[in-house]
Amino acid sequence: MIPLVDAIEVRISQGQQFVPDVRAANPVGFRGLPVISNAPCPQGCTECADSCPTTAIHLQPLRLDLGRCVFCDECARVCPEQKIQFTAGYRMASRERDGLVVREGNSSLGPVEASEAIRKIFGRSLKLRSVSAGGCNGCELEINAMTNVNFDCVRYGIDIVASPRHADGLILSGPITANMAEALELCYHGMPDPKFVIAVGTCAISGGVFEASPALDRSFLGKFAPQLYVAGCPPHPLAIVNGILDLMGHSDGRH
Amino acid sequence: MSEPRVLLQPLAEVETLDFPGFGQRAIDHVTRGDRLLSLFGTPSYDSTSDTPVLHAVFIDRERHKLVHFRGHGQGTQKYHSLTSRFPAFHCFEREVHEQYGLRIVDHPWLKPIRFEGANLKRMNDYPFYKLKGKEVHEVGVGPIHAGVIEPGHFRFMCYGETVYHLEIHLGYQHRGAEQLLRQTSPRKLTPLVESVAGDTAVGYVLGYCRAWEALCNLSVRSEVEAIRALALELERVAMHLVGLGGLATDVAFLPGSSTYGRLRTSMINLSMRLCGSRFGRSWFRPGELRFSFLESHKADVRKTVKQVQHDIAIINTLFQKSTTVSHRLCTTGAVPTPLAQEIGLVGMSGRASGLDCDLRDELRGGEYGLHPMPIVVESAGDCWARALIRIHEIDRSLNWILQLMDNVGEVQAEPPAKYVPLPKHGVLSFEEGWRGEVMHYIETDESGKIAHYKLQDPSLRNWFGLAQAVRNNAIYDFPICNKSFDLSYCGNDL
Repeated sequence: MIPLVDAIEVRISQGQQFVPDVRAANPVGFRGLPVISNAPCPQGCTECADSCPTTAIHLQPLRLDLGRCVFCDECARVCPEQKIQFTAGYRMASRERDGLVVREGNSSLGPVEASEAIRKIFGRSLKLRSVSAGGCNGCELEINAMTNVNFDCVRYGIDIVASPRHADGLILSGPITANMAEALELCYHGMPDPKFVIAVGTCAISGGVFEASPALDRSFLGKFAPQLYVAGCPPHPLAIVNGILDLMGHSDGRH
Repeated sequence: MSEPRVLLQPLAEVETLDFPGFGQRAIDHVTRGDRLLSLFGTPSYDSTSDTPVLHAVFIDRERHKLVHFRGHGQGTQKYHSLTSRFPAFHCFEREVHEQYGLRIVDHPWLKPIRFEGANLKRMNDYPFYKLKGKEVHEVGVGPIHAGVIEPGHFRFMCYGETVYHLEIHLGYQHRGAEQLLRQTSPRKLTPLVESVAGDTAVGYVLGYCRAWEALCNLSVRSEVEAIRALALELERVAMHLVGLGGLATDVAFLPGSSTYGRLRTSMINLSMRLCGSRFGRSWFRPGELRFSFLESHKADVRKTVKQVQHDIAIINTLFQKSTTVSHRLCTTGAVPTPLAQEIGLVGMSGRASGLDCDLRDELRGGEYGLHPMPIVVESAGDCWARALIRIHEIDRSLNWILQLMDNVGEVQAEPPAKYVPLPKHGVLSFEEGWRGEVMHYIETDESGKIAHYKLQDPSLRNWFGLAQAVRNNAIYDFPICNKSFDLSYCGNDL
């Protein structure tokens, strides 16, 4: 039995928790999308590239690959011209792997191309099977958080299911350890067609800080290319939800 | 003020015994009541030998300090297992065996800890313990589980719905972190340390920072240690809220899932406003505080904490009064105190089973030395106790944070420091993360480069507690037993 008065008190203290418009939220303080100014690099300077723990930065021209970035802020701090600045932008998803590369003068990544095929079948109901293949629990917590009362992706028909048999999409986190490689592939094969893969977080996209380890086996991604990449370490729940909404062609008001 | 959580020694000065002497010394410490923290191996200092050097770490109970000594096999000496006499050694000896192939005489169960090295990709090829009997049935769960959670395999032997035995099979998350820690340049280590167990990023990074600071003789202002403690307690509260929310979900107590969930959002968004990351990442580096803590931040902490305190009291009342919750959690998954002691439970799970193991109290360093944290211990050791531990620790931590706000002024960021590490030294560094004690051990070579890095998560020891807890419970209570411990798969697997 639940004491009714206490239950009502909980409900009142809860108030309205959901973010009204995930397309126009404001995660204050979030270290998100980096922007790179057009200010010229000092001659021969390689400070940012040298400081990056995951070789996410290439020079001439200067570009930052969010699929490798761990958002540690080191490059922004070492640049003598302060060219790099991390903003609170959370729209960090792409259909293509190289769509995650930020170039000088970009204020955002390119638009996520909606997939008409995916929208037709899954636009009103997308059920995801989560597989952590070496994830550190950062991405897993944020994937879980997107289903909480604040982000509430379920209002868009996006939800997590308990079996691959019930799933439309496989939401992958972690760098794919050798010990998980087989289970990951069995899970994917257990999902009925049509189905697709979403890669969430730096480790899934590039191996991240673990990329050089011989204990990984990333061959799954060579066989089953993701339809969506969501950058972050870990990605903000808003980044994941918005990436999926873009993929499904939900109206945006931005582009 | 000296830092009791850190022990820096020239390698030549660490007491080294032969294998029998090492074993006897360890037994002496245990029988004296000193708490075992770790036993691990490092590669032999003699390049022609395969036999690792063994290290044992204890807390000297009387003097509240770390004790570290080594074991080095002389001639044809063999290492005799301590596990049969003191089961708490089991996981450490299994790990040394797996990592170095050390022959261990009379170990009752040399199951691989994480299927690394030569055991990689061999997780399917393993003889689980079986119960014999016509009506016994064997249930295998995982590695992939129903919810959004890390992978692990659980092999139950059941009679009807009662679990007689659970064998936990981990290694799916093994990424080779220790090897990477040894080969990464120190200026790039922090992001890797933070990603070993991403839900304990602060718990891990603080131990690493102090280890490296000790090696490089970098002193850190006490105000910086105050901010570190703030970050650690914010992480503790946030993850305890995850635990309570998870337990609520698993007993279908939906007001709890929603409310603890949104309270967690409030706490981690506070961390985000203080350092840019909901997980406290990139807040600290050795010798460096990356973000200033100003009056506006202090006001933000006070406002957020007070709001959470107000709201959590309401849901805690409902949670504790609801028979729908207590009926599921009380007496379920009990690990009685003597068993917890015997198998060496640590951290929050140990405290829920009556053990007073908490490094914030046992080794009072940094801000905890100035302002002690009242420690919570529950005695029943069941899922209810593990829920209560979280409720009380959240309460203590939030109060402690508010007191900290009264004691700390503005703290300016500390710029990057120069690293000049001492050659041929070894450093142990501990921190009480939200699950329990996290250990770093770093050795440097003759040029100050990292020669060895050993990392240890409290989950390494506590998984066995879960295996014991579910015995004689119904298999449908496994999810709440698992959630009540909420251990780290990736922390075990490294």
